[in-house]
Amino acid sequence: MTTDLTRRTAAELASSIASGEVSAVEVTQAHLDRIAKVDEKVHAFLHVDAEGALGAARAVDAKRAKGERLGPLAGVPLALKDLFTTRGLPTTCGSKILEGWLPPYDATVTRRLREADVVILGKSNMDEFAMGSSTENSAYGPTRNPWDLERIPGGSGGGSAAALASYESPLAIGTDTGGSIRQPGAVTGTVGVKPTYGGVSRYGMVAFSSSLDQGGPCARTVLDAALLHEVIAGHDPLDSTSIDAPVPGVVEAARAGVRDGIKGLRVGVVKQFAGEGYQAGVMQRFEESVALLRELGAEVVEVDCPSFDYALPAYYLIAPSECSSNLARFDAMRYGLRAGDDGNHSAEEVTALTREAGFGPEVKRRIMLGTYALSSGYYDAYYGQAQKVRTLITRDFDAAFGRVDVMVSPTTPTTAFKIGERADDPMAMYLADLCTIPTNLAGNAGMSLPCGLAPEDGLPVGLQILAPAMADDRLYRVGAALEAALLQQWGRPLLDAVPAL
Amino acid sequence: MSAITREEVAHLARLSRLALGEAELDHFAEQLDAIVGAVARVSELPTDDVPPTSHAQPLTNVFRADVVRPAGTPVLERAEVLAQAPAAEDDRFRVPRILGED
Repeated sequence: MTTDLTRRTAAELASSIASGEVSAVEVTQAHLDRIAKVDEKVHAFLHVDAEGALGAARAVDAKRAKGERLGPLAGVPLALKDLFTTRGLPTTCGSKILEGWLPPYDATVTRRLREADVVILGKSNMDEFAMGSSTENSAYGPTRNPWDLERIPGGSGGGSAAALASYESPLAIGTDTGGSIRQPGAVTGTVGVKPTYGGVSRYGMVAFSSSLDQGGPCARTVLDAALLHEVIAGHDPLDSTSIDAPVPGVVEAARAGVRDGIKGLRVGVVKQFAGEGYQAGVMQRFEESVALLRELGAEVVEVDCPSFDYALPAYYLIAPSECSSNLARFDAMRYGLRAGDDGNHSAEEVTALTREAGFGPEVKRRIMLGTYALSSGYYDAYYGQAQKVRTLITRDFDAAFGRVDVMVSPTTPTTAFKIGERADDPMAMYLADLCTIPTNLAGNAGMSLPCGLAPEDGLPVGLQILAPAMADDRLYRVGAALEAALLQQWGRPLLDAVPAL
Repeated sequence: MSAITREEVAHLARLSRLALGEAELDHFAEQLDAIVGAVARVSELPTDDVPPTSHAQPLTNVFRADVVRPAGTPVLERAEVLAQAPAAEDDRFRVPRILGED
C-alpha cells in the first residue's frame, strides 16, 4: 500500500483506519491538504467543509478508541454532489438562484453517509441543476479535467469525477438523469454507476427530471463503488418511488467477478452505438475490451435495439418537460434569490425577474423547451410521442435482456472535449449522452469504467455496462472482472498516468 | 420553415416566468428552433398501438403511517426555514403584492 494516503483506494483506507495504522483525522487532513493544493486549478468543489469533515473524522477515531465496530467505509472521505441537501451546509445545485441557501434538512443519501461514518469533505461542482455534459453550466465556473486542464471533466457531475481523478477524494456521489455519473466517469478515467431507478432514494436530491433522476456512487475502483453503493442504496419511505426490496449484493458481486470470473456470461454489444460521430480511439479501446471479455470466457453477441436511435430526441422532450414543472418551485417566495422586490413589482413579476437573474442559459432553454412540449396543441406530437418512444426503448431492452445477461457499449462517443468547444451549441453538447440515455428512460442500471487511453489524444475512454432493473450486481461482477484483466495488461491503474497538477 | 418563432419564444418565456431580455429572445429563438427540429424526430417511429410510459416503474399510491416526526426527519424546523426565506415577517414568508392595482 502506498504511503500517500490520497492515492489509496477507499477499501484500503477503511481497513487502515480500522486497523489503527492511520487515524481518520490523518486521512481527512491529507485530503483537505490535497484540495488546498490543487483545487484552485481543478475547481472540483463549490464548498469545502473542513471543520465538519474533521469533526466527523474525530468521531470515527473516538468510536474506534472505544472499541465500537466501524462500518465498511468509516472515516473514508467523500465529495458530495451539490444537488443533495445538507442541513446547515450550503447547497447551490450550481445555480445562482440558490446561492447562500442553507437547507433545513438532510437528503436521505446525506443521512446514510453520515450514519455510515463516511467523511463528507464538501460539495462538488456540477452543471446548474444537473443540466449539462461538461460542468460549464455551473454558475460558479467550470471544473477542469485533471487529465488536461483545458478540457471538460464531463457533466453534470464533473466536480465529483474530477475530485476522484485529482486525488482530492477517493469517493464521490453523483446523480444520473441522462448520463451525469457515467459520462464524467468515462472522460476522467474513473468508475461511475447509475443504479436501477428507485434503488437510491431521491429524497433531498433536488429534482430535475423526477422519472429519470437517480443518485449513485463514483469511485476510482469497481470495489470502492460497490462499497459506496451499499451504503447509500435501499428503500426509503420518504421517496414514494423508492424500491421496497433488498439491495442487490454488489460488494459480493465485485469480489466474485475477480475471484470467479465471467465464464459463460452472455454479453450483448449494442449495434446502434457505433459509426458516425464515434472517435476512432474510443472504438478501438471499446473493441479491445470486448475481445478481452471474450478471452475471459464471455459469450459475445450483437444486439439490435433500433429504437435507441430515438432515445436522444425522446429524452430531450421528457427531461425538459419534467424540468419545466419541477423548477417552477423556484418562485422567489420561500427560499433562494429574490430580485425586483421594490414595493412596486407584483409577486408574479418578482418571480419572473428572479428566475431571469438566477437561472443560466441552459436551464432557461430547457424550461422553455419543456413548456413548449407540454403546451396544448403540441402535447401529443412531442411529450406524448416521446413517452411512446420510451415504451419502445424499454421493449428493446426487454428483448435484448432475454438473450444476454449484460449489454456493453462505449460510454460516450468521444474523449473529453475542450472547454468552450460546445458551450453555446446545445445539440452538439447533447450528443455526449447518446449512449447513456436509454438506460435512464428504461430505468435499469448502468456502469462506466475506464478501458484505456485513446491513442490519438491520450485521454481516457469509458466502457459502459448495462444490466436489467435490480440486477445491478451484474455490473459489478463484469466490471470487476474486466478491471482486473485490464490492470494486469497495464501493470498499473490507468489513473497513475494522470499528469501531476 | 422555423418550427419556433421569436414571438413564440416570448410567449413561452411569459408562461415560464422568465423576464428574458431582447438579445436573449433572438438567441434562444435560434437555438430552440434547432432543438425542436431535432427532437421532432420522435414522430418518425410508428406508435399507433404503443402505450405511453410516464415512469420506469409501475407505481401505485404509497402511504405512510400518520405519525408526528421530529424536526429534520423530514418535518422542518420553522425558524430554520424562515431564516432561509428571501423575506420573513411575523413568523411567515413575506411576499410581494399578489393583486393588481385595480
